[in-house]
Amino acid sequence: MTIHATEITPAPPSAAPAVNRASRRAELEEAFLPAIVALLIAALVGDVLILSFGQNPGTVYKLLIEGTWGNAYGLGQVLYKATTLTFTGLAVAVGLRAGLFNIGAESQLAAGGFVAALVGLALPASVPTLLALPIFIVAAAIGGGVVGGVPGVLKAKFGAHEVITTIMLNFIVLALLNYLVAAHLKAADSLHTATIHTGALPRLSNYIGPFHGSAANVVILLAVAVVIATWYYLFRTRGGFELRATGLQPEAAEYGGVNVGGVWWRAMALSGALAGIGGLNFVLGYKYYYEDSFGSGAGFLGIAVAIVGRNHPVGVALAALVFATISQGGLAVNAAVPKQMVDVLQAVVIIAVVASVPEVRRVLRRER
Amino acid sequence: MSMADATPHSTVPAAVRLTDIHKSFGLVQANRGATLEVARGEIHALVGENGAGKSTLMRVLSGMYTADSGRMEVNGRDVTGWTTADAIDAGVGMVHQHFMLVPTLTVAENVMLGRELTKHGQLDVARAERDVEALSRTTGLAVRPDARVADLSVGEAQRVEILKTLYRGARILILDEPTAVLSPPEIDELWQVLRQMRARGETIVLITHKLDEVMEISDSITVMRHGRTITHMRTADTTPGDIARAMVGRDVQLAKDHVAEERAATPHATDALLDVHDLVVTDARRLTAVDGVSFSIMAGEIFGIAGVEGNGQTELLEALAGLRAARGGTVHIGNAEATDFSVKERGHAGLSHIPEDRHLRGLILDYSVAENLILGQQDRFSRGAQLDHDRIMQNARTQIAEYDIRPADPLLPARALSGGNQQKIVIAREMGRSFQVLLAAQPTRGVDVGAIEFIHARLRRARDAGKAILLVSADLAEILALSDRIAVMYEGKFAAVLPRSEASEEVLGPYMTGAAAEHAA
Amino acid sequence: MIVLLFLAQTLRIAIPYLFAASGGVISERAGLIGLGLEGYMLGGAFCGAVASYYTGNAWLGLLGAVVGGVLLALLYAVTSIRFRGDQVVIGIAINLFASGATRFFLRLLFHSSANSPRIPGFGVEQTGTGWLAIARNPLIWIGILAVAFMAWLLYRTPFGLRVRAVGEHPAAAMSVGIRVARVRYLAVALSGALAALGGAYLAFDQHQFTAEMSAGRGFIALAATIFGRWDPVRAALACLLFAAAETLQIQLQGAQVIPSQFVEMIPYALTIVALAGVVGRAVPPAALGKVEGL
Repeated sequence: MTIHATEITPAPPSAAPAVNRASRRAELEEAFLPAIVALLIAALVGDVLILSFGQNPGTVYKLLIEGTWGNAYGLGQVLYKATTLTFTGLAVAVGLRAGLFNIGAESQLAAGGFVAALVGLALPASVPTLLALPIFIVAAAIGGGVVGGVPGVLKAKFGAHEVITTIMLNFIVLALLNYLVAAHLKAADSLHTATIHTGALPRLSNYIGPFHGSAANVVILLAVAVVIATWYYLFRTRGGFELRATGLQPEAAEYGGVNVGGVWWRAMALSGALAGIGGLNFVLGYKYYYEDSFGSGAGFLGIAVAIVGRNHPVGVALAALVFATISQGGLAVNAAVPKQMVDVLQAVVIIAVVASVPEVRRVLRRER
Repeated sequence: MSMADATPHSTVPAAVRLTDIHKSFGLVQANRGATLEVARGEIHALVGENGAGKSTLMRVLSGMYTADSGRMEVNGRDVTGWTTADAIDAGVGMVHQHFMLVPTLTVAENVMLGRELTKHGQLDVARAERDVEALSRTTGLAVRPDARVADLSVGEAQRVEILKTLYRGARILILDEPTAVLSPPEIDELWQVLRQMRARGETIVLITHKLDEVMEISDSITVMRHGRTITHMRTADTTPGDIARAMVGRDVQLAKDHVAEERAATPHATDALLDVHDLVVTDARRLTAVDGVSFSIMAGEIFGIAGVEGNGQTELLEALAGLRAARGGTVHIGNAEATDFSVKERGHAGLSHIPEDRHLRGLILDYSVAENLILGQQDRFSRGAQLDHDRIMQNARTQIAEYDIRPADPLLPARALSGGNQQKIVIAREMGRSFQVLLAAQPTRGVDVGAIEFIHARLRRARDAGKAILLVSADLAEILALSDRIAVMYEGKFAAVLPRSEASEEVLGPYMTGAAAEHAA
Repeated sequence: MIVLLFLAQTLRIAIPYLFAASGGVISERAGLIGLGLEGYMLGGAFCGAVASYYTGNAWLGLLGAVVGGVLLALLYAVTSIRFRGDQVVIGIAINLFASGATRFFLRLLFHSSANSPRIPGFGVEQTGTGWLAIARNPLIWIGILAVAFMAWLLYRTPFGLRVRAVGEHPAAAMSVGIRVARVRYLAVALSGALAALGGAYLAFDQHQFTAEMSAGRGFIALAATIFGRWDPVRAALACLLFAAAETLQIQLQGAQVIPSQFVEMIPYALTIVALAGVVGRAVPPAALGKVEGL
């Protein structure tokens, strides 16, 4: 039951500075407690699964850590995966800040990678990487941005719910890309395109030897820059002010002169563009071609990353590292327990975080 | 009449006795020691200002909320902490201010919901419809049982609500602000139904803050303030002034008493700053809500629009503010033809707007006070694409001091402020910028008395500075206290436009009810 | 004859959709988004296969499928109703959970990452695709009955009236003493059971469980739910339409008239069209996705 607004006046008397400091501490507690609770619950479920497979949880968790943060190759793989997840996580977070749930990061990621690969195939090999890079970024952003923008326009024009339309578009776009690659673009005996001619970006192992063999590449620097840019846009610009206002209270934003429908489709296009740029990590940084379904769930995991990161760019980057670790950790423990255990654990983390946020908030408020 | 021979101080237990009820929502204490005693067979008015805790208390009684502490008795039985289902079983029914009807279901389905009639395990809709028809006949509450609730008028929907409670055998009926959405003839019908029920020995609790209603219909009165019960009195032994004093906690000049002292001057210019011609606006259901309204407001003039809520005032304001497209007619702001202007363009043309619902439109509750103080003016507080943080903070400190917003912390989220201080943010923002025309919708709704006086003074000051102000208020006293000219809106049209000198509650009343509409030129 | 074969194959393809879409309708009418249908199907297929394998009895296998689907649905219901988690996120997580858990236990129980051993089921050996095969599979009949049952339940019973009220205006339902949460738990559990039967149909038809065998059918069922405007019969017709498109694509496979990928898109494209209101707007239950404050 919602309490009618006018019925809850008078508000409590509040002493300004004290409340302020306390409310900021509460914000931090609210941000981190659910994640900690979730990881504990996930560890518990993990114990049960590991024991059911007749293994010792301690040993398996040790394997998991050693296989990820314990050696340079594992760390490189974590960083590689975290890079893609940062982009898809930012995509979902920007949507949610505008009050929209973008479930379509999976296909936006693919479309971004696909368009970038097309450009890479079209550009002559003589184009220097430094000149090619901005072109690739724009191409990937357009690829993802169009796929993201369509549900935005459908929402703004017809009120079609973006959750459903982005899900449906995932299937449509992935089928379309599959058709284009399979029927027209594939290299022989594969489901990927030919190798791009220019724009390939160096691996981190070129600079830091021990990363050798891992897919980590300099797109991670782009990810860091995009995290900062997204933060700046959301919290320091007029566009971000209007976007967040729309997400919090669309009627109030409209009253404040914001074109709400315009924010909706622009936010969705921006969201799609962010996911699309994530496709560069694979196409420019790892394989140098587009491969069918290379995203393999990174778009969906972006939802979890955004939620756990509380839709804050920095939180998203941290959450991306957590999920990348779990994800890579699955491969590290596969000899002892099936790697699918980590899918279960990721699901548990997501459910526990989402379900504990309101609960944690309530408990914290009651204590005070 | 069965209750005629009951002595006033019989040993019959009270229909309702609530003792020392406490109920909080988070940090907000809605009830803090509320007490209520209602005798059987009476119409009992529960009065108080917005936010006094009346609705909360009644939701506790009807089982919708569980009190944090306190004791509840119904007909002498301890019912503390009961559920909605228990309350219904015991014959306690509540008609909520926001109807509790499922719009996609039919009248009969709504009436039997929760008490479904079945035949061989299946819903017996035919019998439910017959029952509703029969109940309609005996009570005079006419509705078509097979109509979808979404297709009913507000008055009809309320009849369904009352039928619903009676169908469940309610002997104690709680009505939460039942007249807020009704037209005058519908209100008269409602009073008739309630009187009939009283004659049958049933008990009625009426939540309201309208004193004329209290005087007309009730037998006794309980006054609440800030979540507490202030006093209990017999209607016959009291006056509206006494009730008002109890409601607000000190002697108030009822707003209409101090009209004369204000304002000797007349509007200083003949320039119309806002000119509206033959405006037609439709509502969310695409029905005509504003039906060809024309008026002008001069510099230095407050033009008040009185009327029962829901007669097109909201749509009129939204159309003027650029939040709803006009179907026809023109709007001029200053010299600019503004009919097709966006919200932003209207702002540039000199329009300010205090919206009627600050929690929906006026504020972004999770934004800080400083951010809320620039909402709608974000362009002005930017350098290029970037927000100008320093100027935003400086603006906030100035406005907080100027409008006495408390606590004086620009970084606090608006949510953390009291209703009165939240409204001051809106007032400061809209009156602290340069503007020519001000739309002020329900500017003092849900704020405390001190803030009301402050806001009224600000509106007068703006008028004296030569602004044109459109004031829309459900509070007739407020309209009378501030306006230079008064229009009465009824069913989307102005039923009358009168200079203040010719207006009074007695004169305006019939226009508000539509009874005198034909006299309007 | 061609027409009959076409219809028979359409029906066979439609059955899992019919089950899952019936579940989608009851869940969404009660106000809970049916994003987990895919997970319930997969979980149901796996639990059905496990139960069938260990008991040697397909009917007990069905029971296992229902238990699995209901448990997943209750996980969704508890976290979104009791703990008020976001339904979209949890629904997606349920699918991830089902995918991971079925493959984990596939390895644990059957030491395979791809499929289970042969299980007792209802599928006729891969000889006929005609009417005979259909008539012998009880799940076909149960699937058709499920649609009729759902229509009856929703429109003709007190429970159905309550489901419709709860999904449209929960506060109104609460004000007349209906226990809103309980109605929702029941509706979601029922959706889990139905979708799980759809999953079991897949496993029992092939006499084995295969990893990821639901293959997006839960989302097609969700599309049918929306395209059918949250009405059991119209949703069933949408399922048949989608299934007919698939059948057509299979029949035309040799001919290469339209690429299969484009046929795959049909349900999703139609759903977007329905939501955009090009041919009469699809309006969801008013309280869909909102559980706050109850």
